[in-house]
Amino acid sequence: MNAEGYAERRLELAGWPVNVASYRLGTQWHAKADNVSPGAALARATGSTREEAERRTLERAEELLGRTRRHAV
Amino acid sequence: MAEYANPETLATTDWVAKHAKDEGVRIVEVDVDTKAYDEGHVPGAIAWAWNTELCDTVRRDILSRQQFEELMERSGVTPVTTLVIYGDNNNWFAAWALWQAKIYGHRDVRLMNGGRKKWLSEGRELSTEAPKVKSTNYTAQEPDVSLRAFLPQVQAASARGTAALVDVRSPQEFTGEILAPPGLPETCQRGGHVPGARSIPWAKAANDDGTFKSADELRQLYGSEGVDGSKPVIAYCRIGERSSHTWFVLKYLLGFRDVKNYDGSWTEWGNLVGAGVERGTAAKAAGARG
Repeated sequence: MNAEGYAERRLELAGWPVNVASYRLGTQWHAKADNVSPGAALARATGSTREEAERRTLERAEELLGRTRRHAV
Repeated sequence: MAEYANPETLATTDWVAKHAKDEGVRIVEVDVDTKAYDEGHVPGAIAWAWNTELCDTVRRDILSRQQFEELMERSGVTPVTTLVIYGDNNNWFAAWALWQAKIYGHRDVRLMNGGRKKWLSEGRELSTEAPKVKSTNYTAQEPDVSLRAFLPQVQAASARGTAALVDVRSPQEFTGEILAPPGLPETCQRGGHVPGARSIPWAKAANDDGTFKSADELRQLYGSEGVDGSKPVIAYCRIGERSSHTWFVLKYLLGFRDVKNYDGSWTEWGNLVGAGVERGTAAKAAGARG
């Protein structure tokens, strides 16, 4: 088994930059989102298509990012 | 172009593909996301979970010498095994594992340059089978505490400049705008940084493909912030894993003699009663100190 179609892209979710990586393993697509800086994994999901895996991943990532509080400095 | 000071502490993905199943070689995956291994891993690799196998699960500490020996034994590792560690997030927790292996004197331990991300993006073979491992006998060395910073050393560095303090967290964590990386739970009472620390986020040491930047680029990166190896260095982050990455860069790729990882990091300092905290940018903070 190999990872096929590995791709990464950047977008903004809930006001934060997010990096989403996706690839196919066998018959399933896998996606994983991180918060770019520092790059911590936020969410991962699978799906029958790249779009489905990414959508599920980003929904969860957005929920987590929405809880982040910004403090005045 | 200058060579890394200790290039033998890195393994390429090509090398791992050729040698992963060699006798005397043990490949270990250590991820932030502990489910990643099950999805598919380097054939022949075993997994260590950072949150249960690379720390004391009762008190806050790294593995004791005995716990480290037990981990090596059930992992089929002997003192002469070539241990190659890799993981997600550009080898964050792989570096954390390597740091502990160095503390307990394992002779030949390396990071797979680029980590899990590079292996995946190169379309290399993956396995979902966990290999059968024959347990070994392992005797570790006395812990080398020169690789680890404790609170009093960080306090001395902050108050008297006995070491350069390198904060490797994101700029927003450094300034105090956020108390934890976006999307993760807040684990401290106060935001900001240790007074006197320089902000050099860990990711600046990595290329887009997850590999380390060249020795020349790394020297420029840290040197431009006054971190050139002429005095001791203490790296810290939130819980000590991102700073393990920077510690590895400074200690083994640039060859600085005295580099410590402060694993107490911001979850210790940012929760201390009465500890000094600087907020805002490094320049503003320096100005405030006058």
